[in-house]
Amino acid sequence: MGSRLNASGNQPAPTLSVAVLVAKGIRKSYEGREVVAGIDLELARGECFGLLGPNGAGKTTTLRMLLGLSHPDAGEINLLGYPVPLAAREARSRVGVVPQIDNLDPDFTVRENLLVYGRYFGLREAQIAARVSHLLEFAALESRADSRIQSLSGGMKRRLVLARALVNDPDLLFLDEPTTGLDPQARHQMWEQLRALLKQGKTILLTTHFMDEAERLCDRLKIIDHGRTLAEGAPRALIAAHIEPEVVEVYGEGAGEWFAAEAAELCDRYELHGETAFCYLRDASVAVENLRAQPKLRFLHRRANLEDLFLKLTGREMRE
Amino acid sequence: MKLSRGSLAVWRRNYLVWRKLAAESVLGNIIEPLFYLVGFGIGFGAMLPEVEGVKYIAYLAGGTICYSTMLSASFEALYSGFARMHVQRTWEGILNAPVSLEDVVLAEWIWAASKSFLSGMAVLLVAIALGLAQSWTMIFIVPLAFLIGLSFAGMGLVMTALAKSYDFFMYWFTLALTPMMLLSGVFYPITNMPGWLQAIAHALPLAHAVALGRPLLLGHWPEAPLFHTVVLAAYGVAGFLIALKIFRRRLLS
Repeated sequence: MGSRLNASGNQPAPTLSVAVLVAKGIRKSYEGREVVAGIDLELARGECFGLLGPNGAGKTTTLRMLLGLSHPDAGEINLLGYPVPLAAREARSRVGVVPQIDNLDPDFTVRENLLVYGRYFGLREAQIAARVSHLLEFAALESRADSRIQSLSGGMKRRLVLARALVNDPDLLFLDEPTTGLDPQARHQMWEQLRALLKQGKTILLTTHFMDEAERLCDRLKIIDHGRTLAEGAPRALIAAHIEPEVVEVYGEGAGEWFAAEAAELCDRYELHGETAFCYLRDASVAVENLRAQPKLRFLHRRANLEDLFLKLTGREMRE
Repeated sequence: MKLSRGSLAVWRRNYLVWRKLAAESVLGNIIEPLFYLVGFGIGFGAMLPEVEGVKYIAYLAGGTICYSTMLSASFEALYSGFARMHVQRTWEGILNAPVSLEDVVLAEWIWAASKSFLSGMAVLLVAIALGLAQSWTMIFIVPLAFLIGLSFAGMGLVMTALAKSYDFFMYWFTLALTPMMLLSGVFYPITNMPGWLQAIAHALPLAHAVALGRPLLLGHWPEAPLFHTVVLAAYGVAGFLIALKIFRRRLLS
């Protein structure tokens, strides 16, 4: 099994200040179309880093390149001290991956899935056995250890995929949309587990379509579209840098008329989408007073959030 | 060293799945050729004088070992391989671990050959039980079955690498394997066919397999054993290498 000690000869393993993952100017084209057009990434040990972008923005292609499963046309990648794709296999021995689409082994039980996956890392049977009982507990699947995969709920399957990604006790986790398709209970449980892993000192690289998820979990994030970086930073700092601090949404009957008559006067920045008027402001008190005086209008006054930023940067058009 | 470790883990994964259904699988491997040999060999054989100096059922047995092995390797490399690569995304999961695509494809190749080897051995056991194999030369059928498995699994993996869906495999079975079964001397001597068909038959891997398997079962040494062995191995290795190239383009681009 590869270890970081081997990579650096007799020198000690990388210290805390060393980045866990560095990518510089990575690019990838398919049939003349540039899917990733110069992305830089740097993950510090122990942080949760979010990679956000609409469908087709280049997230999954980026993840595949970082893992050495797709060769970049240009750029450099260093994963846990190993050059990728050159030493991708050694690097992957310290990484855990939760894929977008479940690829659990349908021919096996819960326990067998963990056991067989541990063998792919070259772990000894005794090591795997010890690990498996710990992971079953972590995933709260002890009572289902001998169940077949088909009998598990969506949330259980997702927990098992996460547990499987931990079988080699990785330093870094790649999570590609880990909560897509889960019900609210299962999402909250997944978040709890990810927080617990961060507390243990694991580093996480996360892609998601849920802005609340990114805002809750990520220390830093990067928004990409068309293969390029649009913004990068801590969630609150990014929002503060790009969006007015308060938002008023006016919707339902009369919203359009209100927008035409009042928005320019009351809002710092404003947009109408369908039947909803979005009003972004530094101070919402005047606008809220105005809206309270019109009881037929329905409105929502809230803090600016990551979704506002995401939509501002990537636009509101539907993606195929 | 590293290659073998990853491959071994993948091979063991497939073996563990097989073991769960081993009883049914082995039973099928034995019962099917038993009915087939007894039914075909005795019923059909009753109408025939001896073929090349032996009873028809004995003549048929050597060819049956070869083509059963061929079919078993092909089914495993095509249908089961495609399920693991594409439908179940099993390979995708494996490739996220420190296992390379080369490890995975090598394991699939050897696994399909291993499984077909059991199929070939089952027919051999049936032939022995029916008293059709009485010479020590049948020992060489053991490595031969594995070689036939490698040969057809290698070629089958090319089809798997190219396939968009299971439907694609019908071409391989109906346009390649079925005619091969009829032309390769499994059921009747190749020399019964017109010259131009004989020429085609001599290029077919199954014909080379039968040219080795039948005499070994009947107790005499095949002609040009090394030549036939090399042809079978060449088909297998070429198939494996071509398949690997296509898999790389398909999965690692």
